[in-house]
Amino acid sequence: MKIHEYQAKDILNRFHVPVPRGIPAFSSEEALNAAGLLGYPCAIKAQIHAGGRGKGGGVKIVRSESEARQIIENMLGKPLITKQTGPEGKIVNRLLIEEAIEIERELYVGVVIDRNRARPVMMVSTEGGMEIEAVAAETPEKIAREYALPGFGLQAYQYHHLVSALGLEDEQAKKGMAFLQSLYNVFRRSDASLVEVNPLIVTRSGKLVALDAKLNFDDNALFRHPDFLELRDTGEEDPAELEASEYHLNYIRLNGNVGCMVNGAGLAMATMDIIKLHGGEPANFLDVGGIASPETVANGFKILLSDQNVKAVLINIFGGIVRCDRVARGIVEALKSLPVSIPVVVRLEGTNAEKARRLLMESALNFIVADSFDRAAKLVVGAANSGVQ
Amino acid sequence: MMSILVDENTRVIVQGITGQEGAFHTARMLEYGTQVVGGVTPGKGGRQTEHGLPIFNFVREAVEETGASTSVIFVPPRFAADAILESIEAELQLIVCISEGIPTQDMIKVKYVLEKSHSQLIGPNCPGIIAPGKSKIGIMPGFIHEMGSVGIISRSGTLTYEAVHQVTQTGLGQSTCIGIGGDPIVGSTFTDLLPLFQEDDQTEAVVLIGEIGGTAEEEAADYIRKHFTKPVVAFIAGITAPPGRRMGHAGAIIAGGQGTARGKMETLEKAGIRVTSNPAEIGQTLAAVIG
Repeated sequence: MKIHEYQAKDILNRFHVPVPRGIPAFSSEEALNAAGLLGYPCAIKAQIHAGGRGKGGGVKIVRSESEARQIIENMLGKPLITKQTGPEGKIVNRLLIEEAIEIERELYVGVVIDRNRARPVMMVSTEGGMEIEAVAAETPEKIAREYALPGFGLQAYQYHHLVSALGLEDEQAKKGMAFLQSLYNVFRRSDASLVEVNPLIVTRSGKLVALDAKLNFDDNALFRHPDFLELRDTGEEDPAELEASEYHLNYIRLNGNVGCMVNGAGLAMATMDIIKLHGGEPANFLDVGGIASPETVANGFKILLSDQNVKAVLINIFGGIVRCDRVARGIVEALKSLPVSIPVVVRLEGTNAEKARRLLMESALNFIVADSFDRAAKLVVGAANSGVQ
Repeated sequence: MMSILVDENTRVIVQGITGQEGAFHTARMLEYGTQVVGGVTPGKGGRQTEHGLPIFNFVREAVEETGASTSVIFVPPRFAADAILESIEAELQLIVCISEGIPTQDMIKVKYVLEKSHSQLIGPNCPGIIAPGKSKIGIMPGFIHEMGSVGIISRSGTLTYEAVHQVTQTGLGQSTCIGIGGDPIVGSTFTDLLPLFQEDDQTEAVVLIGEIGGTAEEEAADYIRKHFTKPVVAFIAGITAPPGRRMGHAGAIIAGGQGTARGKMETLEKAGIRVTSNPAEIGQTLAAVIG
């Protein structure tokens, strides 16, 4: 789960990681009041779940109330386009108004889980403000890493090493130690999958401050943090994906015209891939899970058809414990109550597949029943591209 | 005939045997011929299951009474890491965790303890392991398998069934099929299992099913190039997956440009592995490679 910068900074602050004074705002009025309270100059920062906000024009320093008014009007309610939002951008509904900070140096610090070593790793770099992936690709020697001992965390000598790699000395080194320790606590105690402070600022007066902050949570661990659920901003999510999550379906919207409904995540990805391989473009990822009941099939169709680009649908089910004939009955029932005007190709394999195919062909509904995975993909791509039923 | 990790003599206990999933799949495993010898549900020890199997409160107790060497776990995700740790402590040889949704930080703890133990963990978030005709420990449909010569290792569930089905259709059959799980941190990865297939006389070739995210496939490529002498056919799911999105499995995500299907396919091909880009041609490709 992703949260906004202002929410992340609130959590950082609770763990004693220094952050700038800031006030979130949901309207122009609130934003102007906040700026007035903080005093000028101050920063106005668009709050969306995407990176690259600075370069996209979503972070501005304002020096007066009239300037603030103008910037706020230009940001609130308008789309912000960054390299991570796609060309349509994301509508800005929330702002963070923050005190302006005088910057001496920009550093980077992040904590993630290293999948291979199965340990948390803290990474620091002197190249603050740049994307860490770019630093890793171009100047990997400028990144220092330390791996936490499971159950015991990072040790003092490891923090010393990281602080030294950041070029922090004397008083600043002490502040750096405290900063990194607190940040690791945020990661550990909030079951985060990512904590990133980029840039971490050394101010003109020698303080360390998290100028930007990103915090993602491990969805599997949210049961331990019921308070985090309140931080979810459903306005940031695709409406169809949001609806799917309410039905407990795993749906991700893409740009193609071939809709697909599959049981199992791996097979769902493979189905998208084979559609592409045969010259089509998948419109979505949709995993209906192990139990493809009439209800889940019907809900799946509702979601698929909410995308106007979808010109044909492929249902690909490998029946294991779930019997294909039950799934077939589900499909027939779902389509009786939800008329579909585009071609639907069905491929069922596994338990009772033959019986299921007969059921589909004998129904009054107009299915294209495919007898193999490959054939199903070719048929659905052909149907989507010709627009013929 | 050999197989890896399990055979017809493997004695299995089920953790979470009284739960809906645990009870259902225990029945399916017994039908297949798996030697399920008992189950563990804390607080229900001393009773019997609907299958007539003894229930124990603790894994250690179950092992002492039944002589089980293997455990399969169906407990809810918030208790699953604890269930694995209990089985490691009871020194089980093989632990198969089906549960999906275990917090990553719990798995960090499990992995750390696991590395210092003699147990092998398959999963979590996986369909389990099957040696066709001998033993099925997990949730896969038994009937699609046929005893044979092909080892299958996969990060997926239903996509594994797809590969199994295709291999069965070629007439080759399978020696052992293992779903290693779709999480970012799993107990066993390709490189942990490939050496076992290398040593196994029944296995003549291996099908490897990978997907986006992480570097398990790249490490497998390196291992195969250096040490593996049997033919390998691979498919990598997710060539159409958008970066930064989790594709169903917690571990299936392209992060910072790393973990793409294209990159994995190229690395595997460079290591001399036959990669098919068509998930419907896994069986055919294998048949062509074996000749």
